[in-house]
Amino acid sequence: MSKSRIITLSMTKTALLALFSRSAISVWQRNFDVWRKRYAASLTGNLGEPILFLIGMGFGLGALVAPINGITYIEFIAPGLACSAAMYGASFECTFAAYTKIAVQRTYDAIRVTPVSVEEITAGDILWGATKGMIAGLIFLIVMVFFGLVKSWLALFLPLLLAILSIAFASLAMFFASKAPAYDFFSYYFTLVIAPMFLFSGIFFPIEQLPPIVRILAWFTPLVHCVNISRGLVLGEMHSWMIVDLAWIITFATVILAIAIRGVKRRVVN
Amino acid sequence: MSIGRIKTTLLDEVNVSSKKNTIVEAKGLSKKYDNNTVVKGVDFSVKEGECFGFLGPNGAGKTTTMGMVYCYNPPTAGTVSVCEKKVGIDDREIKRMVGVAPQEDSLDPELTIIENLIAYARYFSIPKNTAIARAKELLSFMQLAERSNDRVFQLSGGMRRRLVIARALINSPKLIILDEPTTGLDPQARHVIWDKLHKLKKEGATLLLTTHYMEEAYNLCDRLVIMDKGSFVAEGSPKSLIAEHLEKEVVEIVSRSNIEFDINRVLTGLSYRYEKSGEREYLFADDGDPIVRKLLDLGAIEVLHRKATLEDLFLRLTGRELDE
Repeated sequence: MSKSRIITLSMTKTALLALFSRSAISVWQRNFDVWRKRYAASLTGNLGEPILFLIGMGFGLGALVAPINGITYIEFIAPGLACSAAMYGASFECTFAAYTKIAVQRTYDAIRVTPVSVEEITAGDILWGATKGMIAGLIFLIVMVFFGLVKSWLALFLPLLLAILSIAFASLAMFFASKAPAYDFFSYYFTLVIAPMFLFSGIFFPIEQLPPIVRILAWFTPLVHCVNISRGLVLGEMHSWMIVDLAWIITFATVILAIAIRGVKRRVVN
Repeated sequence: MSIGRIKTTLLDEVNVSSKKNTIVEAKGLSKKYDNNTVVKGVDFSVKEGECFGFLGPNGAGKTTTMGMVYCYNPPTAGTVSVCEKKVGIDDREIKRMVGVAPQEDSLDPELTIIENLIAYARYFSIPKNTAIARAKELLSFMQLAERSNDRVFQLSGGMRRRLVIARALINSPKLIILDEPTTGLDPQARHVIWDKLHKLKKEGATLLLTTHYMEEAYNLCDRLVIMDKGSFVAEGSPKSLIAEHLEKEVVEIVSRSNIEFDINRVLTGLSYRYEKSGEREYLFADDGDPIVRKLLDLGAIEVLHRKATLEDLFLRLTGRELDE
């Protein structure tokens, strides 16, 4: 196997074909069957978190914060929080749960003796992680509707954005899972990658507040672009430069998907 | 339970031609990890309906060799094909025809027994209704029907192994690969599995297996290879291998009972081969009777007189010392 570090076009093509394969769906289905047994617990978390966040941060903290660009604090933070809910949902699934299947339960090894390839197993798990992200993000959106925080019909396009975002973060998490020697390793991922994005992607304050260097760094992370677009969709204030945000996140998702699949293959097949 | 139905599904494609087709063909098959060559250019072929065994000490390369056949470990050199499909090229087609019962327990702990089989069937694109029927059939064949809705952790070791084998049969495979199917099981559980494997064999299944149990290899395998340090050191049917490499009988000196004697002097004039392992002494000869008589003349020496077995051959060829 070549140990190339380059991301090739054929690699990307393989990854995308795997993502949309029937075999990946069969792996997704296995995860769904398992989830269905305990869906109540999972959904309670998905529902409880947005309500707590919106009440605590929005009404509580928001009472002390002046309107930002003419919108109230709770309206400002809600769209970004929907994105971060999806980010966390996808990340948990494709770190701890995926690692368990790769390294502990040997689920990948069991499946790869069937006609399903390692690429398709990984893609199926990424699809599932993305589904968990979508569930979290969509429930957040529904809660926002009940809180009267959705101002535009454009918000109907938010699920599409959440889908791309969830694929991106499921893939990023999967890449970390493919490199993880133990569960503890995911502390790096959550503390050094996910938490900074959560704080510095413009969810809680406009990133213009940050020192220029941090602002530039923040621009290269995926979440910031999702937060921009989601706020535009929910508040009905779209800008032409959001095309750049969208292009950025789609490119990121595609590349990281290909890298994650290659990472898992290198770990599992030897 | 209709074993008859399993029989038909297993035999559907096998009976197409009466002449024995080659199912597995390996040439110069090698596997290297970094600087460690674990399989050193082995050749073998397995015919339809045959049970072919790999024997060898731990680390001999048995599992890796089989892994290359079912597209699990890509070979470093050499070729291997299953039903004329080449490993490395037609992997998906090969995996469709092969059923694998791996050594480590990879059952899905989050699913019930029957769900394990149904999820597995889905990976073979078997339609749901067919999958359910097939799963039920296999569970009764493996005497697990009453446990269908239990979780994997509720099963005993023997049951788990039977479930792994049932899972390997879900796609009505042309070739069944079993990696140490009875290791670590109690004698009852082992006998149940042997019984099932015999049934599959009778129905014409082609089997490839590794084992540490000489009795298992002797009774199940039509042909076997003994592997050591990545190479085959012997190949043939169990009986012919013993006949070819060993004297017919073995006299073991279990205990000398503190009687001092020089074995060469005591057995002067008799032809035998002497081996010692730890405190035990082995005398190989085509006729053990005169040896036993001479030894017993010495006094209360404890001896065991028996036929030479596959285990004797195994130890002769792979050494009596631990090599780990």
